[in-house]
Amino acid sequence: MAQEYRKPLPQPTETSRPFWEGARRGELRLQRCRSCGEYVFYPRSLCPHCLSPELGWTTASGRGHVYTYTVVRRPAHPGFRDEVPYVLAIVELEEGPRLTTNIVGVAPEEVRIGMPVEAVFEPATEEITLVKFRPRKET
Amino acid sequence: MELRRSAAIVGIGELRPSRHPDGRPVLELLAEVTRLAIADAGLEKGDVDGLLVAPPLAEHSLMWPTVLAEYLRMHPTFAETVDLGGASACGMVWRAAAAIRAGLCRAAVCVTGDVLDPDSFYGPRGGRPARVPGREFESPFGPMGANSGYAMIAMRHMYEFGTTSRQLAKVAVDQRVNANANPDALFFDRPLTIEEVLASPLVCDPLHLYEIVMPCTGAAAVLVAAPEIARRGPHRPVWLLGAAEKLTHMSLAQAPSLTTSPIAYTAPRAFEMAGVTPQDIDLVSVYDCYTITVVVTLEDAGFCPKGRGGPFVEEHDLTYRGDLPLNTHGGQLSFGQAGLAGGMSHVTEAARQLQGRAGQRQVRNCELAFVNGNGGIMSEEVSLVLGAD
Ligand SMILES: [Zn+2]
Repeated sequence: MAQEYRKPLPQPTETSRPFWEGARRGELRLQRCRSCGEYVFYPRSLCPHCLSPELGWTTASGRGHVYTYTVVRRPAHPGFRDEVPYVLAIVELEEGPRLTTNIVGVAPEEVRIGMPVEAVFEPATEEITLVKFRPRKET
Repeated sequence: MELRRSAAIVGIGELRPSRHPDGRPVLELLAEVTRLAIADAGLEKGDVDGLLVAPPLAEHSLMWPTVLAEYLRMHPTFAETVDLGGASACGMVWRAAAAIRAGLCRAAVCVTGDVLDPDSFYGPRGGRPARVPGREFESPFGPMGANSGYAMIAMRHMYEFGTTSRQLAKVAVDQRVNANANPDALFFDRPLTIEEVLASPLVCDPLHLYEIVMPCTGAAAVLVAAPEIARRGPHRPVWLLGAAEKLTHMSLAQAPSLTTSPIAYTAPRAFEMAGVTPQDIDLVSVYDCYTITVVVTLEDAGFCPKGRGGPFVEEHDLTYRGDLPLNTHGGQLSFGQAGLAGGMSHVTEAARQLQGRAGQRQVRNCELAFVNGNGGIMSEEVSLVLGAD
């Protein structure tokens, strides 16, 4: 990257590396428990539902809806100083898990709880691509 | 082993919150409120054999109880670091009582305090930052500390139940009336109206600046003692009648529910242990880092049905002279939040009211208090029922 990335960067662990590799390829990957069948996010070393260590990786639809959100108007971290106001949200995926993310490609005042969204993949560095969401037409 | 009436709060030490720290190390603040609590209880240092400390946010150390014990040349037989965020104070009170009931100590001082240092809320603590999921899956998206978390709870509460900003503002305004009767409160001499709350800048939608707690410097401690000590003390003993604790999540995205907190578990159990109901309560003293926290707490504790918290706070007078006195010291919103001492302020105020020592803001015939400590993003909850004899 030509420009220095100034915001907090995730530091993948061995456990989470498949998620970040997927994001770099434009895939939203979730773990799924081979024992109880539940989807798991964030990546873990064992299933938080049944404590089985037998977790596999699947590619999720990337579709979900805004479960809740806020418009951040004062940045906590200096790296976000030029981005306010921006939308911080919790998105509930079709597969069930919820994740923290940003809603992009829409004015903050147009975001609503329940709004259908789809994943977009924003490279931050060569190694790290962040999964954010934008509005989608309901199908 | 039963916790009910196992111990009582017999002494209070509290520093006046300040926006202008004098540069003293946090250890000196902790030492000062420990001294004050022991003196207030009419005890000597040698009588105290339990020490519980909540880790300050601004200054990091290992083994705070040992650091403080050494500083004061105390040699406790029971010590604990209680790390439940804003719920630490309430968590310390029942742990002290349990240790006393188990015979590990007879008089335990529970200590909280912090110095004002906004950077420390977000900055690295001592050592290498832990490789926890929040750093990997939340921080990259720019959360604004607790502000954005509680804002997302408020947004969801408004969506599910139609709660309004005007209703939330009423909480801040009633608590300000209380602060205006408390000379120790940061906002003692500044009245507040609902219009002013709604006109204050949005920080994280839908939360306005005046719905958000004010960080400051301060410290607070209570002394929890065995019944035989409590009955000899200079003040009315403030008995622990009920207690319960529950933790559910660190990241809000992992919370089982955004609008029902673990208080829905802890409060009914605390009431059951005490053998009372919300209708019996004379004073509500509950964590108020944000206005929405109070509304969710009142619902989950059973003061009103789920979703009715907004209309409930509009229909009731929450001031010290009202029909449901709530956070009569001003709450942290108007008294100030000195790190984890903010959570202790709800305990000290309940004790003061039950002892009849609350001065101008004294609630008449105050016999029974509900106290709630809340940590994280409604992540960790401790409910207490306290009663005077
Ligand atoms: Zn499983």
